[in-house]
Amino acid sequence: MSATRTLTVEAARFGYAGRIVVDGLDLRIPPGAVTVIVGANACGKSTLLRGMARLLAPERGSVLLDGKDIHRTPTRQVARALGLLPQSPTAPEGIAVADLVARGRTPHHGLLGRWTPADDEAVARALTATGVLDLADRPVDELSGGQRQRVWIATALAQETDVLLLDEPTTYLDVTHQVEVLDLLTDLNRDRGTTVVMVLHDLNLAARYADHLVAVKDGALYATGAATEVVTPQTVADVFGLRAEVIEDPVSGAPLVLPVGRHHTRRD
Amino acid sequence: MSESIEAASVEVIRRGRRRRVRRRRTVVVCLVAVLAALFLTSLCVGHTVYSPYDALRVVLGETVPGASFTVGRLRLPRALTGALAGFAFGLAGATFQTLLRNMLASPDVIGITSGASAAAVFAIIVLGLGGTAVFVVAVPAGVLVALVIYLLTYRQGVLGARLVLVGIGVGALLNSVTSYLLLRAPAWDVQEAMRWLTGSLSSAFWDGVGPLAAGVVPLSAVLLALERPLTALQLGDDSARALGTRVETVRLALVLGAVGLTALATAATGPIAFVAFLSGPVAQRLTGGNGSPLLPAALTGAVLVLAADLVGQFAFDTRFPVGVVTGALGAPCLLWLLARPGRTRLARRAEGVL
Repeated sequence: MSATRTLTVEAARFGYAGRIVVDGLDLRIPPGAVTVIVGANACGKSTLLRGMARLLAPERGSVLLDGKDIHRTPTRQVARALGLLPQSPTAPEGIAVADLVARGRTPHHGLLGRWTPADDEAVARALTATGVLDLADRPVDELSGGQRQRVWIATALAQETDVLLLDEPTTYLDVTHQVEVLDLLTDLNRDRGTTVVMVLHDLNLAARYADHLVAVKDGALYATGAATEVVTPQTVADVFGLRAEVIEDPVSGAPLVLPVGRHHTRRD
Repeated sequence: MSESIEAASVEVIRRGRRRRVRRRRTVVVCLVAVLAALFLTSLCVGHTVYSPYDALRVVLGETVPGASFTVGRLRLPRALTGALAGFAFGLAGATFQTLLRNMLASPDVIGITSGASAAAVFAIIVLGLGGTAVFVVAVPAGVLVALVIYLLTYRQGVLGARLVLVGIGVGALLNSVTSYLLLRAPAWDVQEAMRWLTGSLSSAFWDGVGPLAAGVVPLSAVLLALERPLTALQLGDDSARALGTRVETVRLALVLGAVGLTALATAATGPIAFVAFLSGPVAQRLTGGNGSPLLPAALTGAVLVLAADLVGQFAFDTRFPVGVVTGALGAPCLLWLLARPGRTRLARRAEGVL
């Protein structure tokens, strides 16, 4: 797989039913890197991701994949290049893990397309990469939250796209599983060169796992770049409205944000 | 080394998939066999019993004294109407339930059947129509009611629980229209309309089979051809779109097809209780929820109607219309589906609506 696909947003305006959420935003996603989008609630970060995944058509501007407008490209063609894990996907009742993951192969089939050995291989690779191969025949209903999230990531992986978009892939997971999922996505990026773009809530995990950090405020870009450049007390104050100190994370060397609240602050 | 691991894991996937495909295929083959057996039984059994051999000869166009009239003119159109209507109800019900991800969203619950029924009763009582002419009124009415429900529900991210509630409301309104029409009608028409409203095959003759088949066959073909995009839609609109599905187009085609099937079947036989509602869950239990539920559900619907009609005709001293039997069978099944311990997800979902 190549890391040459480019995804760019040009002067885009996104909104819902007349309400503008993102306006005049330009963004270039670096190919072959892990990009993390952060911002306060309702700042438009998920809207931006939905726009890049062509779930939302821009009212102005455009989203370009390899220089071509994704809204003017046949949807199946886009689906072979651009995968998405939405925030709350639903699994049909009783479906087996392998069957759910197999649905990720949909864009590679025609309306009456036959299942091929290559499809079995893609599903096996996706389940192996996410470490859930031994769950292949279990019903998705019976899995724990962490296992289920891995299965959904496997479904997106089975699509075998060069670009993978994820909307808060760590929500509802405990800290162990959050780290596990983010490590897994980093593996994908390093081993296969997959371009990963995700929205994350946790600023510290974002700073640690992002090659490229995008901070969004009020539907516009506030700052982009390496975590060490973007995550500063000033950014945290402006983007999140939070007073904080930023130190070096002793584990990773990435910036670590320590919020200053009204209580529990040392007085000495 | 890593390649041999890969080969082994691919084998795990292949074996599991084949097992599930085989199970689904076995279920479909069994349902077809049961359907064929019930169909043949419907032709043979009655006031006079004919041998399957004689019945088949009549079906193949040979003249058999006595049987040609009874089987060819009475029982065959009745069995065909039952099978086609059951197939249509089952397919439409499962399409709605899958599309809206809600068991309660079957056309008999959300008012589409009521719309077609009210229109048909209007046609029978006020316009004095019968037979094929009822189709002409009932089918557009069903589509119209579906459109009204859709417009009342429409508000960004349309579907789901809201649609079920609006549908139940619209259905209640239409049922009261039906009651009003019945109150105003002459006694003879009321009897005719009431029998029809219970869901009955006793007025099924050849002149109704043609229009029913002409509608059910192409619409079923369209829905079954859309099985694959439907399975993508099961994962949610966002996932489906990300997988390259044209969500709006596919959904519109599925809804129109399912509404059309419901209205056609209702016009032909009346609203046979619970068939649309039950076929999907029953088929899902049989297949274990793998693959698309449409074909197994459609076959289950046809089996249910033919079986219930045989029971209604011959199991008791009095002959009951098919709808009475499916109603008596369906209601406890609904309660069981909602109340049974263990598999609570279905019940939770239903409770979320009611």
